[in-house]
Amino acid sequence: MTTNRINDVFQNKKNVLSVYYTAGFPELNNTLAIAQYLEAAGADIIEIGMPFSDPVADGPTIQESNKKALENGMSIKLLFEQLKEVRQSVSIPIILMGYINPVLQFGIHEFCENCEEVGVDGLILPDLPMAEYMAVYKGKFEKHGIKNVFLITPQTSEQRVKEIDQNTDGFIYMVSSASTTGAKGSFSVEQINYFERIKNMNLKNPTLIGFGISNHDTYLQACTYSSGAIIGSAFINCIDSSGIEKGNINQFVKDIKG
Amino acid sequence: MRYSVDENGYYGQFGGAYIPEMLYPNVEELRDNYLSIIGDSAFKAEFDKLLKDYVGRPTPLYFAKRLSEQYGAKIYLKREDLCHTGAHKVNNTIGQIILAKKLGKQKIIAETGAGQHGVATATVCALMGMECIVYMGEIDMQRQKPNVERMRILGAEVVPAKSGSKTLKDATNEAMRHWISNPVDTHYIIGSVVGPHPYPDMVARFQSVISEEMKWQLNEEEGTEYPHYVIACVGGGSNAAGAFYHYLDEEKVKLVAVEAAGRGVDSGESAATSYLGKPGVLHGSKTLLMQTADGQVVEPYSISAGLDYPGIGPMHAHLFDTGRVKFENATDEEAMVAGVELSKLEGIIPAIESAHALAALRKMSFEKSDIVVINLSGRGDKDLETYIKWGKY
Repeated sequence: MTTNRINDVFQNKKNVLSVYYTAGFPELNNTLAIAQYLEAAGADIIEIGMPFSDPVADGPTIQESNKKALENGMSIKLLFEQLKEVRQSVSIPIILMGYINPVLQFGIHEFCENCEEVGVDGLILPDLPMAEYMAVYKGKFEKHGIKNVFLITPQTSEQRVKEIDQNTDGFIYMVSSASTTGAKGSFSVEQINYFERIKNMNLKNPTLIGFGISNHDTYLQACTYSSGAIIGSAFINCIDSSGIEKGNINQFVKDIKG
Repeated sequence: MRYSVDENGYYGQFGGAYIPEMLYPNVEELRDNYLSIIGDSAFKAEFDKLLKDYVGRPTPLYFAKRLSEQYGAKIYLKREDLCHTGAHKVNNTIGQIILAKKLGKQKIIAETGAGQHGVATATVCALMGMECIVYMGEIDMQRQKPNVERMRILGAEVVPAKSGSKTLKDATNEAMRHWISNPVDTHYIIGSVVGPHPYPDMVARFQSVISEEMKWQLNEEEGTEYPHYVIACVGGGSNAAGAFYHYLDEEKVKLVAVEAAGRGVDSGESAATSYLGKPGVLHGSKTLLMQTADGQVVEPYSISAGLDYPGIGPMHAHLFDTGRVKFENATDEEAMVAGVELSKLEGIIPAIESAHALAALRKMSFEKSDIVVINLSGRGDKDLETYIKWGKY
């Protein structure tokens, strides 16, 4: 198997920072500019949300951004158009995150082809269960060089974590607590115990910790126990209140990375 | 059984468990335990006793003489409207709360649209002394004030769902989010045959008492367990699932599901999912779903708050797909006319949901000897305001 940009990042960088934003938010045509500014600011992975009417795994901030993006007219078709030339200016990994229904309606085959064409490296589809992925999707994703990113949570059994580790070769998304997405401020003792437990499993895949990462402290803590962190709601809040100007995004990433 | 769920939770191409990993342990725990728990004799004894003494089962199978004369067939009404709390919903909540206790859960959450399932859940939580939180769309809370207060009197906390379109599907999203954040001590009582496997099968089993009773009751009246037709309304489809359940493999019994056409199936204001929907994934299962070409879920409309759900249970999607169940629909107007007609002919004011099933009568033609059972899923008290507003009686 050829390595892709995701594997490269984890081989070459420490304390990986992945930043999420919703395509079509705050304005319909911000997608490409935000990607460029994030890379320039020092983000290591870009995670672009495909908005959905019913994002059950997301907290209020990302829900609202999904709603706004849909009102702005965002769709998967438009997203692929916006990303058509993204690889001329952005070289870090791009992951698309979203719910399975819009992907199914777009057509899974066509979706995978488009991902490969524009240069998408991975997918996070939280409501696509592992069994379904293995039975129906794995072959298609791999054919187009797409890494499927699985989630694990504090409640995921050790056996299932191992199974997930066996069935992916990109990275594993460690959900930091039993919760939906959203900034929380700091980690509890239970969360730290869970991070240590997973770290001690010595998985073959790197892990990124997400959900509740909102500042430099939580980012650094996450990096102690994993290969890095994912930030979503805090960044959405930032561009919602301060806009998507280059300097603003630059400052946000600098503040997180320190 | 040809139409029952397979080991992976599918009915044909529909069903499954499309859930985020955060819900996997909760759903897995249910999946691994529900059959052994509800098959256990102690569970059955407790369930049956509560259905008898608390819910008031068996509900009558009533021969509707004047309605029969009107339509030229032998029409029976399965009187689920006489269940405690006024609808079939409580059959399921009784079953699920006993199951929740057996799983060691201390707290119950539920979603509700019109408030009937919320009331049925708040009721059994009071009965069992369990904490109860009901999610209800903010808009529905304004539309269904009496049911909100009913739940509060029963000791439940009613939480407004303020996301999305602020109706039933968003209440369901919020309940799922709550469950994600409280995975260990909480059981989610879903109110219909929707959601990830094993919910559709589990809820159908709890509601199957409806057709189980129909069989022996009809045998007493007519000397046969098998009517020519069973008719039920479908929103998510729990009362229809219960009314069809024991007849699914008896192909000679024609099964008719009636969806809410709202202002007409092509009016843009409808909830007729089998007509308007395409296969898609919502709330944990693959089913027929009302959605845009881009796969965004469409907000349905019906005069009946219990039928305006953008999907149908995966079992019904399969029954539609295979042609085992014939899907009809009734507009707001047709349902209201049928509701008033039953009131005047039989002295029974039906829930507007159930009035949709009655409205199918005038779209069908019968032989005089045809035996027709209509599942009268709920009573109309909760809908008085809608009847009054409609005004034509």
